[in-house]
Amino acid sequence: MSRDPLALVRAHPGPAFEFSFDGEPVPALPGQSIAAALWASGRLSWRRTRHTGRPRGAFCGIGVCFDCLVVSDGQPNVRACLARAVPGGTVATQEGTGYAQIQ
Amino acid sequence: MPRSSEPAATGVVVDLVVIGAGPAGLAAVNTAADLGLSCALLDAAALPGGQFYRQPATGLRAARPQALHHGWRVFAAHTARLEAHRAAGRVRQFAGHHVWSVSGGVGAWESHALGGADGTGGPGGGQAATVRARAVLCATGAHERQLPFPGWTLPGVVGAGGAQAMLKAGLVLPGRWVVVAGSGPLLLAVAGSLAEAGARVPVLVEAADYAGYARRPGTLGRNPGKLVEGAAQAARLLRHRVAVRTRSAVIAAHGTDRVEAVTVARVDRDWRPVPGTGRRVACDALAVGHGLLPQLELALELGCAVRALPDGSPALIVDAEQRTSVEGLWAAGESTGLGGAELALIEGELAAHSIAAALRRPVPVGADGRLRALGRRRERLREFADLMAERHRPGVGWADWLSPDTEICRCEEVTAGAVKEAVEELGAGDQRTVKLLTRAGMGWCQGRMCGSAVARLAGGNDPAGTRPLSCPVPMGVLAADDATDEQ
Repeated sequence: MSRDPLALVRAHPGPAFEFSFDGEPVPALPGQSIAAALWASGRLSWRRTRHTGRPRGAFCGIGVCFDCLVVSDGQPNVRACLARAVPGGTVATQEGTGYAQIQ
Repeated sequence: MPRSSEPAATGVVVDLVVIGAGPAGLAAVNTAADLGLSCALLDAAALPGGQFYRQPATGLRAARPQALHHGWRVFAAHTARLEAHRAAGRVRQFAGHHVWSVSGGVGAWESHALGGADGTGGPGGGQAATVRARAVLCATGAHERQLPFPGWTLPGVVGAGGAQAMLKAGLVLPGRWVVVAGSGPLLLAVAGSLAEAGARVPVLVEAADYAGYARRPGTLGRNPGKLVEGAAQAARLLRHRVAVRTRSAVIAAHGTDRVEAVTVARVDRDWRPVPGTGRRVACDALAVGHGLLPQLELALELGCAVRALPDGSPALIVDAEQRTSVEGLWAAGESTGLGGAELALIEGELAAHSIAAALRRPVPVGADGRLRALGRRRERLREFADLMAERHRPGVGWADWLSPDTEICRCEEVTAGAVKEAVEELGAGDQRTVKLLTRAGMGWCQGRMCGSAVARLAGGNDPAGTRPLSCPVPMGVLAADDATDEQ
């Protein structure tokens, strides 16, 4: 039997909405963090490291590790595991410190 | 269920501020309010519960959140009490507030918090708040301990607790085929809930050995509840066909831009991989963790004394009434040692009674008997916690998993080779010196992810790292705070 987390807790979320991630629309459910919505869309990485440009995504899931940083609505260094996805929000893969992306 | 928060406020004065709304904090704030104290509850999350009782976001409208939880009824009772106290004005709840510093001293504490989901107070975020209180209870919980291995920075390798947190709050999974690995009883819960939520968990890889618990029949006998819990976890894993491989470890994750497989090897008593036993297991995610570390930033900054737990992690020293070594500051829950939610609930209640007595509130009739009973349960549960910590203490052989190019510090991308050079050739004998020589621990997470590994590679235990601020703070907030002080 295949089951999913929403069915397990009998979730009846409000209507899904979209935000943009690197220019592509990503669906999210009300209350989900940016990281949760990205996981749900099959995306595991949304940051490239400062020195070697390696991909990273959510790791600790609770705001401690800072591996999940994104540029959200023009602000770099936002922890995707803590920040809520918002309708019409603009999220971008953070390259390095992210500051080059806001100049 | 309570979910709204007080508006950001400065200058709120209460008897007690409780930092952290997990099991310990909830038990403490409800008990203290019952005893007539005015309280403030500060917590970084939008909803109370901490990591253990992390709730699905309100908008997800989960009709059966308890399907992802143990002991939900206890939690529901606490949230109902909190709501009643809040409605009556006995508790002011500051959800979504990251406490970055506590200052002051006995009788006159100031807790400084930042609003907003990300604690930045930025767009969509709340404002800064300062709450003044006569007493402080630190119930800040724990985060996961990680020991690096080749490939652990690949997307799809996630903390075991992280996977659990994302599942509980966001109802999402990192993959469909998830290996769970590391050490400690949390892995049983994580594997069980991932499987229940629809992931296939081909194997749970545990570096220690559950048979080792049997060598302490006395401790087990005094904690029958833990045996029942363990049996229920085992039954759930069996039901979902999760193979459990003890005395084994994931010693590498493979893939280019995301994890595609892991190597599972047998390990000896010291967690040293047994040559020739490596076996590749396909997966699209790995949930990994090697136990939990108390989150001590605020307490250490205030000068609280710590002790080493049997697994080498530092925890606050508290007396029989949960008083820390700093007068006017109490601690409860995982910051005093990793013992689980039941112990945290007991410690929170005991701390609240002690605080009420210190603030000269009358002791309710019959409280003595309850406190004695709670004290006895606390001792039994601590005995079990010590056994757990001892059984799952990281073995020194884990370092044999590393290759020279394995990144130890995820933020600064410092390799095992660089750390080894600092220790063996440049003479670094502790985590701090390695940090100065290599930058390991100087990045965004401030050593929270790599500190344990670096300290162990330098021959020590998990460090009790002191940090002047417990989370990132915009410069403007610090500047404004400074201006206030000068007035």
